[in-house]
Amino acid sequence: MSMNRRQFLKIAGVSTVLGIGGGTVITGLRKTGLEASQVSPDPRALKAKRWGFVVDVSKLKSDEDYQKCIDACHGIHNVPDIGNPKDEVKWIWKDTYERTFPTTSEDELMNKELKEKKFFLFCNHCAQPACVRVCPTKATFKRQDGVVMQDMHRCIGCRFCMAACPFGARSFNYRDPRPFIKKENMQFPTRMIGVVEKCTMCYERLAIGQQPACAEASNGAILFGDLDDPNSAVRKVIASKFTIRRKPELGTQPSIYYVIGGADHA
Amino acid sequence: MLEKALVGSKRYWLWLGVLTAIIGVALIQYLRQYSYGLGLTGLSRDVSWGLYIGQFTFLVGVAASAVMLVIPYYLHDFKKFGKIVILGEFLAVSAVIMCILFIFVDMGQPTRIMNVVLNPTPNSVMFWDFIVLSGYLILNIVIGWTTLAADRKGVRPPQWVKPLIYLSVPWAVSIHTVTAFLYAGIPGRHFWLTAVMAARFLASAFSGGPALLIILALLVRRFTKFDPGQEAIQAVGKIVTYAMFANVFLLGLEFFTAFYSNIPGHMHPFKYLYTGLEGHGRLVPLMWTSSIMAVVSLVLLVFPGLRRNEKILAFACISLFISLWIDKGFGLIIGGFIPNMFEGVTEYWPTGPESIITLGVWAVGFLILTVLYKVAASVREETAGMPENH
Repeated sequence: MSMNRRQFLKIAGVSTVLGIGGGTVITGLRKTGLEASQVSPDPRALKAKRWGFVVDVSKLKSDEDYQKCIDACHGIHNVPDIGNPKDEVKWIWKDTYERTFPTTSEDELMNKELKEKKFFLFCNHCAQPACVRVCPTKATFKRQDGVVMQDMHRCIGCRFCMAACPFGARSFNYRDPRPFIKKENMQFPTRMIGVVEKCTMCYERLAIGQQPACAEASNGAILFGDLDDPNSAVRKVIASKFTIRRKPELGTQPSIYYVIGGADHA
Repeated sequence: MLEKALVGSKRYWLWLGVLTAIIGVALIQYLRQYSYGLGLTGLSRDVSWGLYIGQFTFLVGVAASAVMLVIPYYLHDFKKFGKIVILGEFLAVSAVIMCILFIFVDMGQPTRIMNVVLNPTPNSVMFWDFIVLSGYLILNIVIGWTTLAADRKGVRPPQWVKPLIYLSVPWAVSIHTVTAFLYAGIPGRHFWLTAVMAARFLASAFSGGPALLIILALLVRRFTKFDPGQEAIQAVGKIVTYAMFANVFLLGLEFFTAFYSNIPGHMHPFKYLYTGLEGHGRLVPLMWTSSIMAVVSLVLLVFPGLRRNEKILAFACISLFISLWIDKGFGLIIGGFIPNMFEGVTEYWPTGPESIITLGVWAVGFLILTVLYKVAASVREETAGMPENH
């Protein structure tokens, strides 16, 4: 086959482009997960197949016990205290049984103690998260270890995830949050107006071998562990006590289990 | 053909001037919102979509309604729609542009809008909505412009337009179905989680859109020498009537399921909208206004004797349009957020700046519509008496 100079250059050019670009495309396609890679992973990093929590509020006695966990989270994550419910940003908070479990609570005869007990609410890091399904830019995505992440730099602020989340776990920066941060933690980014944020399971702490801040500050009321490991502390509690999850009928499979009552069944 | 829009009467320029002034004021408010954030609106953590997204949803319906003229004319060869079909196509163009603008003003980070294209996410309904809306906009610009240009020269439009016209029929249905899927596939929002949502959307679109078209056609006849045709307007009137009955029927189905099943989560949003819930009832007067106007319009439309009187027809259409605007452009979105995910009530009401920005987007839509209709009317005036060849 003979070939003139022009044809040779054409073929050479096309194969170069395919060689460079094509290779990248194929490598990109091979990756099935959305795991960000580091040059060398920190050996201290905590690893699991599916992170989850068990919340046992019987271990929380006073308002202070709750506030300690909330402050621990909001403090290190630069969550602003805007002071009005309309523009409010929160990652973890407390509320009554009826508001935490609204679909199971139409019962006026309910135990008074349970009725008055406060529960912790934060992102459920669902196994089938509705927020991830609806996000048009993959700004919210699920990691292979079960953490439902939020990329505040990719978020376009459409708030589809807020409409989709059945647990009201998401907040939107309706105004500049920075003036409302009491003491800025320079180790964690602050946010700008117009993006959605929520609990990200202290991914930055897991990466260096630390438990989520709320669990650490909770005095054992919030247990953290691998739901996929039958020997983990969380699985042992789930196996031995009566636990419920929020709105399980919606099929999102929340990763937070709440201990109700506190007495051992096993 | 655009040069036709550059010559016009004093009234034409005055109208464009008024619209531009409104747009200017709204733009200033938008810049305020851009720098302060969406906190300038009445939106909150609990009610995170409001007037903007409501208008978007409503206008997707208006855009889709062009198909109610395209089907009779192109698929059933209903010649009477020959002159009026261009009004439907151009209405679709301006409605889709308004939709895109409403999405834009609702975004927290509008400068990142290209992220939707850069990170295509097929599992997100919003991604598909973006695709079908852009496609529909292009289809209607191309079809409307090409057929009108051919009419002007008294020739048949090029052959390649026909497949596009046929494609625009299912495409119109798709834009409103996909928009309904934004809501109907969300777990935990009982008000939206209904299989008839897309059907309701289409029914309200096919009554509200053509109703607006009748009003516009009557205005065109009044202010230009182009007459869309009395019979055509009457035929559209019938379409409006049928579609509105379908719409009210579908709404009735929602009430039955919610209240006969007696499931609290299903009843609460309806109670909030029509009677008030836990002492909150800011939307109650609006929703009843909508209901009453729907009944009034149906009574006037269902009797052919009344409908044939164009004054009564116009009144019925205005009444129907306002009714649907309240129901779909406002109640439908807010109702989905109340009660919130904790069965509590946080109410919503648009703020002044939010309302002005909304008005501004409508003004942009009317500006585009006026220019396009001016072109269409001028061409029709030139070619008066000649038949349409497509």
